[in-house]
Order: sequence, then C-alpha cells, then structure tokens
Amino acid sequence: MANFSDQEPDYSASAGNGLLSRRQWLRLGVGGAAASLVAPVWAAGGTSVEPWRSGAGAPPSHYGDQPSLASLKREQISAHPFGLQAGASSTPLQLLNGTITPNGLHFERHHSGIPEIDPSAHRLTIHGLVRRPLSFDYEALLRYPMVSRVLFMECSGNSYRNTLNKALDETAGGLNGLISCAEWTGIPLHYLLDEAGLDASATWVVAEGADAAGMNRSVPLSLATSDAMLALYQNGEPLRRSQGFPMRLLVPGCEGNLSVKWLRSLKVMNQPAHTREETSKYTDLQLDGMARQFSLRMGVKSVITSPSGQMHLPKKGVFEISGLAWSGHGSVRAVEVSADGGRSWTEAVIQSEVGEHKPVRFRIPWRWGGQPAVLQSRAVDSAGNVQPTRSQALQNVAPGFSYHYNGIQSWQVNAKGRVSNVHA
Amino acid sequence: MRKFILLSLFALLGVVTIARAELGHGLQPALGVNAATDYESVAATDGSGLPTGSGSVNDGKEIYVSQCAACHGLDGRMRGNALAGGEGTLASTNALKTVGSYWPYATTLFDYIQRAMPYGNEKSLSDDQVYAVTAYVLHMNGLLAADVRLNAATLVEIQMPNREGFYLAP
Repeated sequence: MANFSDQEPDYSASAGNGLLSRRQWLRLGVGGAAASLVAPVWAAGGTSVEPWRSGAGAPPSHYGDQPSLASLKREQISAHPFGLQAGASSTPLQLLNGTITPNGLHFERHHSGIPEIDPSAHRLTIHGLVRRPLSFDYEALLRYPMVSRVLFMECSGNSYRNTLNKALDETAGGLNGLISCAEWTGIPLHYLLDEAGLDASATWVVAEGADAAGMNRSVPLSLATSDAMLALYQNGEPLRRSQGFPMRLLVPGCEGNLSVKWLRSLKVMNQPAHTREETSKYTDLQLDGMARQFSLRMGVKSVITSPSGQMHLPKKGVFEISGLAWSGHGSVRAVEVSADGGRSWTEAVIQSEVGEHKPVRFRIPWRWGGQPAVLQSRAVDSAGNVQPTRSQALQNVAPGFSYHYNGIQSWQVNAKGRVSNVHA
Repeated sequence: MRKFILLSLFALLGVVTIARAELGHGLQPALGVNAATDYESVAATDGSGLPTGSGSVNDGKEIYVSQCAACHGLDGRMRGNALAGGEGTLASTNALKTVGSYWPYATTLFDYIQRAMPYGNEKSLSDDQVYAVTAYVLHMNGLLAADVRLNAATLVEIQMPNREGFYLAP
C-alpha cells in the first residue's frame, strides 16, 4: 500500500471524505512536489554492510524462483464437499499491482482436479455437423497461425460470498480473487472449424475437457467463430497444467467455465446440449422461481485492491486508492470512486491500456484524516453498463444461488485505520 | 498496359485466395477421427448421442447404494449434494435445486453420469449401468416407475417438472 507523509502538496478535493483530484496524481514526480511526497528514511550513521551487499548471491535458476514475499500465494477456497480437487483457489489481488496476473497466481477452479496429460497422446477432435471430422495433435497445432490478446478471465461464481447476508472479514483476493488476467496466445478457433467445414445447420459447439470430470459446455456458434481461441500459451509460456495444458478453449468476456480446460473435443451441433454445468449450475435462479440460462457474458465490475480487506492504514496521510475494473460487454470506459459510501463520487485515473475484455488499473489519491470511511468503486463500460450496487445486483436473485454477481465492493476504514469488508 | 494491370490484379487475388485456403484448409496434416476413443458422446435432449443399451431401476439401486450413496445419501437427499427433494421450493427464499426440482432435461443426467461419475472413478460404468443409475435417480424423484426399463427412447420421453423453468438470458 502506497503510504505518504502528512506534508503532502496542496491537493484539491474532488469528492467527499478526502478524495483528491486525479489530475494531480500522476504529475507528482515533477518538480519540487516529489520532495515532500514520501516520508524520507534518513541515512543512519556508521559503516555496517547488509549481508546481501557482500559475497555472491544465488546462481541463475532453471525455472523461476521463490516468490519475493512468502505471503505471495493463492488462497484456497474449499467450499466443496468432495474436497480440494473440486475446489478453487483465488488470486491474491491485494498483493498485486498492474493488470497482469503472474501464471503462478492465476485463479483455479477445477471440477475433478488437475489432470497430468501427456501432450503426445492428446488429440483435439472436431466432429458433429462438419464436412470432415478432424483430429489434431499438439505438434500440428503449434504450427498454426496464432494471435495474442490480454484478457480477463472470471469465474461465474466470483464474489459469491459477498452475496451472503453477513459481510465476511476477508481480503480482496479471498472475496473477489476468482478473476485473473493474462496475455493468452493461441489459434483463432474459426481456423480449425473452417478446416473441418461447418454445416449450414450448425448453431452450437459443445466443448469437452479431457479431465476426470469430462467438463462439457455448449458455446453459441457466433462466439465460437468470432473471437474464441484455442489457447496454447499464457503470458508467453505453454499453459500450466492447472490452466489446461496442453490446450484450452478461451471465450473472451464470458464466464470462465465456458473456456473449457484440457480441451479434447468440439462437437458441432444444431442445438445446445444442456449439459449439467449449463442447467443445474451456472444458471441464475430468480426470486420468482425462473432461471436465466446461458447468461455467458460477465457484467461490468471493479474492485479496489488497495486499501482493501484486512489491511491497516499505518497513519494519517495521503494514500493511493487503486484497483481493477473489467467488463465482458466491451472495454472499461470509466471508474468512479467514493470515500463516503456512495454519497459522492469522483472519476479515477485509468492508468493502463484500455481494450475489449481487458482489465484496467485505476488510481486516485485520497487523504485519510483518521475519520471512518467507506471506500467504493463503480465501473462503467463501453456499452454504457454501470456497475450496480450490492442491493441492485441482488434484487431478483434467489438467496444463495448468485452466479455472475457484479455488485459494488465496499471497504470500511475505521478510526484506527483497519480496513474490512462491509455491505453498504 | 491495362490488360497487364488486370492480369496482375487477378494473379494477386489468386495468391491471396490460395493463402486463405491454406490457412483454413489443411494447413497442417490433420488425423482421422476414431469415434470410440477421441471423444465422449454428447447425450443431447433430442436423444442424439445416447447409446444403445438399457438399465432397470433395480439394477440402478444396487449400483447407487455401493457407488453413489456415500456422497449423495441413501435417500439421495444428503445436504449439499442432494439429488432428490426440493419440489416446489424454487420460488421461495429457501430454494433447493435437485434433479427433480430444477433440472430441465433427463438426458443431462445420463450425459453427466457417463462422463463425471462416480467421483474418483469416472467413466467406469458401462452404458447399461449408466442407464440403470439414471433410472434409479429419476425413480427417487418420482419421475420413473419402478418397473420401467430405461433406454434412449424412454429417457427422451421423460418430462422433467421444471422443463419450463428456464429462459434464455437477454
């Protein structure tokens, strides 16, 4: 968490309870302002040499390294009666900055554990309503033309626990960390579908995974032939086993479950299969007993990652409020922030590249004078959708069955600087 | 000169067409498909993808007791994993989603059991056994008489109570 001294420059207020003007924020390094920005640590006298400044360090490593901080790890969310293999682990959003999730920290959700697939024995088969059914092996697929895109991936059940009556005292990642972002590289799916030759009656493609759950989902043909890809690389390296190695489907902007991992077959059909995951699960039961089906696109959403749940503001002063925003309906157009529980709002700086289904990092300065505050962020997307409040998002939802929840996250700061989750 | 330009244009178009064709059609050698090993069949609501074979409620009960009851309960009503019960609860604040109360299609049950159950020993049941367990779960929900033998034709005919409970998201 960025922490600044009390003697900050003369900021102008932009909204209630200490929110400052975003216009000044990223110019702070210029001129004399920087001098008073961070409380300096005065050089101590003496001649002591820290141990890392003398004697050679560790040799280069073959793959990666230990994380720089022991705390940098995913949180296990074990809510499934079958155990961890059918559970999830979430990205520690509060420990990261920028927009890209390191591969070792991408969220995971598996239905029957992570399979260990021999890539030389794996095939991708396209069958059903096609002129000629085809199978491809991994080596052949690696030679296809590929594209790279930076995209968010969000589990349909992300932030589910914020729909419960009691506001749980958890971290930003523990509550909302089933969202991650990566640069995915793979083959536009229509290259492969075209090669098999789609029948004129084709309307859906049923994707199947090679895991023990044999996870299968029906994808509308319009999505499968527009921007869906067969992903083979994540952030530059071949997929991790936990993310579908050797290959996975990737349907940008849609609930993560649709991007079937360990992709094994695509059956082209003239109807959806109505698989278990798209009927019994991942459908939105409403209060009137009716359920919305195939609600595939993830709604516009944002989360303040700092300050956030379980953090402490060490002392009064100026802090950067920062977080992530994304939308399955397009790009993020704006993010507004409130420090008084939604009574007044001001626009944050969107400080990363904006793009379709690409998460953005927003930032805004805030002066905390020791008073209680409720911090919120509200995103607006290119389609004009505005992120709803918690109560708006839950208005017609059957209690306990909330998928696709995108309500505003509220963080309460008490007079001691403790930050905690609150329903506001 | 004009002829030359036209010809050049055609030649260029030809190259582009060939490049596109290569991109979409056989850029890399594809393999033949083996229907028996390359994919699990998709049991769809119109009965396509359902195998031949059949199973009885009684046979299904035997398999269910030994391989399913530990997680779902002998009566199929274990909390968190319930397969039966919950009829009429969907429009309440205490909805219970089960096969009988929520699932719109019976074919989904066959498709899911054949690929994903029993948990930890997936794909170990024969087609007849999958029909049998499907029959027993439907029977537990009062949706199949005890003496009916389930096969592709009888499975497709089953009307699930919540069939009309879904609508396409806008």
